[in-house]
Amino acid sequence: MEIPSIVGAGLIVIGAGLGIGKIGGSAMDAIARQPEASGKIQTAMLIAAALIEGIGFAALFAS
Amino acid sequence: MRRKFSMKKITFLLFLVSFVSVAQHNEDTAVKKNPEEKSLKVTIKEYINHHLLDSYDFGLYSFTDDHGKTIHRGLPLPIILWDGGLKVFSSSKFHHGETVAEVDGSYYKVDHNKIYKTDAAGTITYDAEHHATNAKPLDFSITKNVVFIFLVGLLMFFMFTRMAKNYKKNALPKGMGRLLEPVILYIRDDIAIPNIGKKHYKRYMSYLLTVFFFVWIINLLGLTPLGVNVTNNIAVTFALALITFVITNFTANKNYWKHIFWMPGVPKLMRIVLAPIELLAIFIKPFSLMIRLYANITAGHIVLMSIIGLMFVFKSWIGSPLSFGLAFALSLLELLVAALQAYIFTMLSALYFGSAVEEHDDH
Repeated sequence: MEIPSIVGAGLIVIGAGLGIGKIGGSAMDAIARQPEASGKIQTAMLIAAALIEGIGFAALFAS
Repeated sequence: MRRKFSMKKITFLLFLVSFVSVAQHNEDTAVKKNPEEKSLKVTIKEYINHHLLDSYDFGLYSFTDDHGKTIHRGLPLPIILWDGGLKVFSSSKFHHGETVAEVDGSYYKVDHNKIYKTDAAGTITYDAEHHATNAKPLDFSITKNVVFIFLVGLLMFFMFTRMAKNYKKNALPKGMGRLLEPVILYIRDDIAIPNIGKKHYKRYMSYLLTVFFFVWIINLLGLTPLGVNVTNNIAVTFALALITFVITNFTANKNYWKHIFWMPGVPKLMRIVLAPIELLAIFIKPFSLMIRLYANITAGHIVLMSIIGLMFVFKSWIGSPLSFGLAFALSLLELLVAALQAYIFTMLSALYFGSAVEEHDDH
């Protein structure tokens, strides 16, 4: 049976969502430990989230 | 945007008559409702698709008159074609894609938002995959998106030259400067200097500031009624990413190239494996920039339009308030996304420039 490509896209989006969630959670932990470094942590968090987001969108458009 | 505008008018009317329609709604039979609903969903899909596309005329709004005819109101834009010679004519000749335009003995027709050369009757032939097989002239038309990019460019030019003049007179900012000085300082101190380094950052500041404000302003104006959504056109984000790509690779020092082709500190065999991957990464980086900006803005607009379309699907009193509330919340989110995408584009560009000029003394 052939699996439609949208299923693969869905799997990738699940993975991307989990990844971004983990980044967000870790950033929260880090900010809680070191509130004075929150600016730097936010920047690093946004970059990592943006990179993963790119993969998610690529999957959506490839499907 | 014109569809959105007309939809908003319909929304307002629907909100008023929604209480009346509750009574009528109960009388609808299930058999009667089904085919109607399907065509409604198709209509909403067409509206959304149309909204996302570029067009040859600057439409303000459209509506359907009493006879069921769709009437478009807007400004025609110039069409510039290269087809064995330069041909310039107004897009009003197409009548919104409905008629064939005749210019100097050649006939042109718009099909799926592209101009094709046809015969006098305007026949367009399709192959098995439903792609048109007609000849395509080279298209340099001033489309809706181009007009809007010009407008934003002019706006930025006057805004920032005025600000620069003010700063030459005295160091205290005036007017727009008060609003934008913190943003500019933020880009310099928190984006450019940490990523590129104190020694080289000045070379890249002009580009980083330009791209940040261009993307930000154009995203914000794309959210306004009658504004044109430009960054959901992949050609625009491709051009922006291409500039980043060119600047990165043409200002790179020898360390950058050494780290791509012959990475220091790695076993010899691994260097041969890594070189093609790194070479590919040069192209993947701007490609991801392009996709990210395009996909974020497109996704935002599709969701926003779908939520506005929700009220036509519900057909009861619950639809309008629900759709209005969700659309309002999502618009606020889109304001954040507009700034965030501009920030990310600038940030990643700065990161790539930083890797291009990095000095490596410790290897």
